[in-house]
Amino acid sequence: MTSTIDSMGQREGHAAQEATVPAAGPRTVLPARPTATTAAPQRRAIGKISRRDVLDLAGALLSAVCTTALLFGRLTPLHGKFGFVVVGLAVFLLTYTALVALHDEKPAVIDRSMTVAMAMSGLVALVALASVIFFVLYRGWDALTKANFYVNDLSATGPSEPLTSGGIGHAIVGTLIMTAIALVITVPLGLACAVFLNESSGRVSKLVRTVVTAMTALPSILAGLFIFATWILVLGFERSGLAASIAMSIMMLPIIIRSADVVLRLVPGNLREASAALGAPQWRTVWHVVLPTARSGLTTSVILGVARGIGETAPVLLTAGYTASLNVNPTANPMVSLPLAAYVLVKSGNDNLIARGFGAAAVLMILVLILFSLARILGGRPAGRLSKRQTKRAAARSKGDIARIDASRSSLPEVTS
Amino acid sequence: MDTLTTRPAVAEGEPAAPQSLTSRRIRSDRAFFGIVSSSGVLVLALMVAVGVFLSYQAFDALQARGVAFFTTSEWQPDRNVFGVAAVLVGTLLIALVAVAIALPLSILTALFIVEVAPTWLRSTLVALVDLMAAVPSVVYGLWGLFLLQGQVVGVSRWINSWFGWLPFFKVNGADPTSPLSSASVYSASAFIAGVVVAMMVMPIQCVVMREVFSQVPPGEREGAFALGSTRWGMIRVVTLPFGRGGMIGGTMLGLGRALGETIAVLLIISPEFVIKFRVLEVGANSVSSLIALRYSEASGFELSGLMAAGLTLFAVTLVVNFTASWFIARSRSGASSEA
Repeated sequence: MTSTIDSMGQREGHAAQEATVPAAGPRTVLPARPTATTAAPQRRAIGKISRRDVLDLAGALLSAVCTTALLFGRLTPLHGKFGFVVVGLAVFLLTYTALVALHDEKPAVIDRSMTVAMAMSGLVALVALASVIFFVLYRGWDALTKANFYVNDLSATGPSEPLTSGGIGHAIVGTLIMTAIALVITVPLGLACAVFLNESSGRVSKLVRTVVTAMTALPSILAGLFIFATWILVLGFERSGLAASIAMSIMMLPIIIRSADVVLRLVPGNLREASAALGAPQWRTVWHVVLPTARSGLTTSVILGVARGIGETAPVLLTAGYTASLNVNPTANPMVSLPLAAYVLVKSGNDNLIARGFGAAAVLMILVLILFSLARILGGRPAGRLSKRQTKRAAARSKGDIARIDASRSSLPEVTS
Repeated sequence: MDTLTTRPAVAEGEPAAPQSLTSRRIRSDRAFFGIVSSSGVLVLALMVAVGVFLSYQAFDALQARGVAFFTTSEWQPDRNVFGVAAVLVGTLLIALVAVAIALPLSILTALFIVEVAPTWLRSTLVALVDLMAAVPSVVYGLWGLFLLQGQVVGVSRWINSWFGWLPFFKVNGADPTSPLSSASVYSASAFIAGVVVAMMVMPIQCVVMREVFSQVPPGEREGAFALGSTRWGMIRVVTLPFGRGGMIGGTMLGLGRALGETIAVLLIISPEFVIKFRVLEVGANSVSSLIALRYSEASGFELSGLMAAGLTLFAVTLVVNFTASWFIARSRSGASSEA
C-alpha cells in the first residue's frame, strides 16, 4: 500500500513542477528528492510473518474456541463434535476477519480472510481423511491384534464367539485371487488397447477412445449387474470368484486404458521420430522406446486401477456370493472379498461380527495404502526421466553396445581398396 | 513438414500429380498391428456389449411400463407397478447434497495447494488428496454409519429448527421445539448419505481443479501482482476465470461419481419409495442401492426393471461426464488436464 501512495505523491509533485515551468520547452524535469530520504531507506521485510499476523491468528483461534464452547451447551442447545467443529470454524473466520479489519484496508482484509479460508478447507479435508483412517483402525483394532484373524475363516465360528476364534483369512485370499485374475485380464488388454489408441489414428481408434471414455462413467454396480445377468443367469455358471473378477475387469479396464492413454500421449514425439529415423519398425519403436519411456506412468496407472478395483464392493456383491469358509477355487462356489466381507459382517448387527467387519475394512485400507505408496514410489516421474539406478543401468547397457559394435566391426572383413 | 519435401519436377502447364505416400508395413509390423488393434476392437466389443445387453434386457420392462416407468415412484413388479421416479430423484438429491458440500471445499483446497501452500507442503497435500480418492467406498460407508451419523444428526436438527420453513429442510414428524425429541427422524437421511459421498467426490473435483489452476500462465499471474493486486485479487481476476472450464468440468466429474455410488449409500440410508425433497428426513433411496437390494430375489421381469433403472442411471452419468469433458476440453487450459 505505502509504495503506491508514494508513487502517487511523486507523480502529483511532478505534474505540479511541470506546470510551474511553462515556456522552457520540452525539458525533462527531475523531481526534487525529499531531503529526509537521503539516508539509506530501511528495507521492508516482505516475506516474513509479523508479530501482528501471529497475534491475529492466535486471538481469533482463542476467541473462536471460547465462543463456540459458550454456544454449545450454555447459550444454545447445540451439541455434537461435528457441529462444534463446523460452528468453530465459522466463528474463527468471522473473528479473524474482524481482527484484521481493525488495522488493514478492505483488499488486505479480503485477501487475508480468503487465505485463511483456503488453509482451513485444506485442513478440513486432511482432518476428515485422518478421522476416516484412524476411526476404522480404532474400531478394528481388537480384531487386528489377534493373529488368528488373518489366518482362519468364519466357517466354524458362531456369531457370538469372541474375536480369538475365526478370522477373515478367506476374504484376504479371495481378494488376492480375484485381483490377480482381474490383473491378468486387464493389464495386457488395457495396455495393448492404449497402445492401439496412440499408434493408429484412424476412425476406429477415435471410436474406441470415445467409447472407453463413456464407459468410465459406468456405475460399478452395472458392471456387476451385467455379469450377473449374462454369466450367471444366461450362461448358467454359478456365482464364483471368476465371475467377480470379470466384473471387476469390466470396471477397471476403462480406468486403466484412459490413464495409460494419457501417459503414452506424453512420450516426446522426437523419441519416436528418432527411432523411426534409425530404421526401426513400428513395433520395435513401441517396445523399445515408447513403453520403456512411459514405464513409470504406466505402472502408476495400473496400480491406481487396481486400488480402485480392489475396494469395489458393488460388483463383487452381485457376482461372487458370500461364504464364511475358505475357497481357493475361483471357478466354483462362492468366494468372498475383503470389502464384501466388511459390508456383510457390519450389516449383521452383532458386536463381534461388526468388530470383524471393521477389521476387514482396516486390512483393505492398509492394502490400498500400500498399493498407493507403491504407485508413488514407482511412478510419479514424468515420461523419460530416469531414476538413479535406471540411469546406471542405461549407461551399462550402452557400454555393452559399444563393445558389441567394436567386436562386430573387428570381425568384419577388412575392406581394402 | 511440408517445407522439407522437395517438389518433383513438373512439366510447364501440367498440374502436379499428387504423390502417394503410403507404404506397405513389414510383416512384423503387420503382426504387431494385428494384435494391438484386435485388442482395441475387443475392448470396444466388450464395452458395446455391456451397453447393448443392458438395453436389450431392459426393453421388456420399458415396453411393459412405457412412459409410466419414469413417473411411477413405487417398486412392485409383481403387481406390474414400478418406476424409477422416486429412486432417480433420491439419487440426484444425494448427489446434489454431496456436490454442494464438496464444491467449496475442493475449490478452496485446490487454490490453497496451487497458490498458497509452501513447496514442502504442496506435494504432501497432493498425495493426501489423491489418497482420499483411493480409499475404498466401503470404508467411507462404515465411517459414515458408525461415526458421522451420530454427529450429523445434531447438525440436521439445528438446520431443521432454524431453516425448517424452507421446504428442503422440513422434517415430518420432528418437533424442533423440544430438545428431548427423538433423533431417529433425522438419521438414515439423504443428507447424511450426501455428506459421506461428499468425501469421495471432493478429491475427484480437487484433482481436476488443481491441474487447471496450475496451468495459469505465469505472465498473467505476475502481471496482476505487478499491477499491485493482492493474492486474492490475482486469484479472482486471473486464476478463477482461467480455470472456469476446469472447475465446471471437475464439478461434473464429481457429480458423475456421486450418482453411481452404491455401497456407502446402501449402508446409510433406509430405503423408501417416495418422491421427496426433504433431505434431512429419515429415508431415502438411490438407483444403485435399489439394484443392490433387489437383484438377488428378483424374477426375470423384475430383473429387467432393475436393468432399465440401471440404464437410466447410466444415461444420466454419461450425459454428465460428456458435458464435463466438453467443458474441460473447451476451456482455455485445454484438454491436457483430462487425466
